[in-house]
Amino acid sequence: MESVFAVVVGILYATGLYLMVRRSIVKTIFGLALLGNGANLLIFTVGRLSAGRPPYVPIGALEPLPPVADPLPQALILTAIVIGFGVQAFALVLIKQVFQTVGSDDVDEMTTTDRIADDGGQG
Amino acid sequence: MSNLLFLPLIIPLATAVACLLAWQHRSLQRVISLIGAVFLLLAAAVLLVTVQQEGVLSVQAGGWSAPFGITLVADLFSALMVCVAGGMGLVVAIYALADTEAEYERLGYHPLMQVLMLGVCGSFLTGDLFNLYVWFETMLIASFVLLALGGKRAQMEGAIKYVVLNLIASALFLAAVGILYGVAGTLNMADLARMLRESESSGPIPVIAILFFIAFGIKAAVFPLFFWLPASYHTAPMAVTTIFSALLTKVGVYALIRIFTLIFFVELAAWQPYILAIAGLTMVIGVLGAVAQDEMRRLLSFHIVSQIGYLIMGLGLLTPLALGGAIFFMVHVIAAKSALFLATGMVLRLTGTTELKKLGGLYRHQPLLAGLFLVAALALAGIPPLSGFWAKLALVWSGLESGNHYLIVAVALLVSLLTLFSMTKIWAAAFWKEAVVKGATDTLPPLSRRVFWKMAVPTALLTATTVLIGLWPEPLYALCMDAARQLLLPNAYIFAVLGVQP
Repeated sequence: MESVFAVVVGILYATGLYLMVRRSIVKTIFGLALLGNGANLLIFTVGRLSAGRPPYVPIGALEPLPPVADPLPQALILTAIVIGFGVQAFALVLIKQVFQTVGSDDVDEMTTTDRIADDGGQG
Repeated sequence: MSNLLFLPLIIPLATAVACLLAWQHRSLQRVISLIGAVFLLLAAAVLLVTVQQEGVLSVQAGGWSAPFGITLVADLFSALMVCVAGGMGLVVAIYALADTEAEYERLGYHPLMQVLMLGVCGSFLTGDLFNLYVWFETMLIASFVLLALGGKRAQMEGAIKYVVLNLIASALFLAAVGILYGVAGTLNMADLARMLRESESSGPIPVIAILFFIAFGIKAAVFPLFFWLPASYHTAPMAVTTIFSALLTKVGVYALIRIFTLIFFVELAAWQPYILAIAGLTMVIGVLGAVAQDEMRRLLSFHIVSQIGYLIMGLGLLTPLALGGAIFFMVHVIAAKSALFLATGMVLRLTGTTELKKLGGLYRHQPLLAGLFLVAALALAGIPPLSGFWAKLALVWSGLESGNHYLIVAVALLVSLLTLFSMTKIWAAAFWKEAVVKGATDTLPPLSRRVFWKMAVPTALLTATTVLIGLWPEPLYALCMDAARQLLLPNAYIFAVLGVQP
């Protein structure tokens, strides 16, 4: 089971990174989203996969019967998903605004402030 | 008493909420954020004094004992950094009274700044790695919005680079945290230190350490991961750029120093040559980039990168003197660099430009401003008796003392010289040389008295700080040395969190 997850995580990272090296900022944001999901799935995988063993304490017992799934990675992922959701929502608004101001979604067009300007540039 | 640790978090949060409640009343928001900044500085000062007297403080949020709950810890290093952050927050809050356009304030400048301070203070005080990730994100999302606020083309271009690179760093950080949990089964920093600090470096631990180094390295803008910084910092309003340059990269450096001295100490010692190489390259590339620039804000942004190299050098040398020197350097560079940025903001406000080729002759028009800029610039270059001299002396001394790090010492001294060159160039071009159009400075409209003092007083406060640290370095130096000893021998830290001696 772990190996399947490992391959999926690898594919998510590879796709995400590939999209991020493209020039279109729309693809960059999609790449970021995939990278975030890859990281979440990675935490899930390295936190041990134990199927069908919820960490509940049975009635009458003081502790759950081992082996149980570790709930902490899931809590971490949940937090990371919420944060990622907020950040990606902001990124989407940002690229819309960038597209409207710059008039292009090509990162190579977004270099006006990087030049060592003698024509005034941005000042 | 240890509930004191919550204050630097509660104060910015409460101030942000109060600012949001006063959404319609911009002048009320200004007053609230100023009061919040004063209280944050007071709380931070009390925290620092308490830590000095009582040793490392820790508190378990919600009473869940470590390593299961979230721990807040303040040792001397983090208390000092919170104190510096509080000071910067206040200085910039005063400056922002004059510098912030009504447009930004209407879009929520004041609450965002408070959320940024919340994230910064949280990052300094947390004792849990995942919690550190959350504080980083709090800080980042506030900084994203602050950078993009206003929506000018230059800001949009800067923001897209800043956002993408920082999100990559966050994804790496998150992956590193996840893998570390899979290996160690805990994310409490003191608990991790107990398990990993002395153990044999093997298996996935070095890989995890490298992931952390890359993630924090991007945020701290070390070579070769610095390029987003000079591409974005100069586009924001001046108060925002100042607080970014003062605190955000330093949070990255703080995290590097904290994680690597506390948890990955074995790796740090083994990688010493590589870390020193990175430090040297960061210094050189930063200063060379600065020398090539002709625009004040971009020039200063490259100097941020260059100065980060000195901090990494302190981490790489790994002696008490070097680490103490790095902490001293951090305080010095925050004050000196911020003074330069604030003075540049005044130049921009006066002349409407920061292009060196269009500036000139400002000395005649604004002698006070020229003097403030010069003192801060000389402090950054490390001219005695200003603060930069002692900071660099400590680093160079510890490099020579160790006996086999002459190369990095030579690089540090050479970069100091180039910094001096770059600083004199900027000062001569903006203030000293004749105006491009003769007599152009005479026709500049003067700033109104109120605006001038709101901008000049914060700048002067920071400049005075560098002079004061320079003339009377002993108290700060002793504090930094104590902080460095705590970092290198973290028994007190681990005891404060876990209640057991390692």
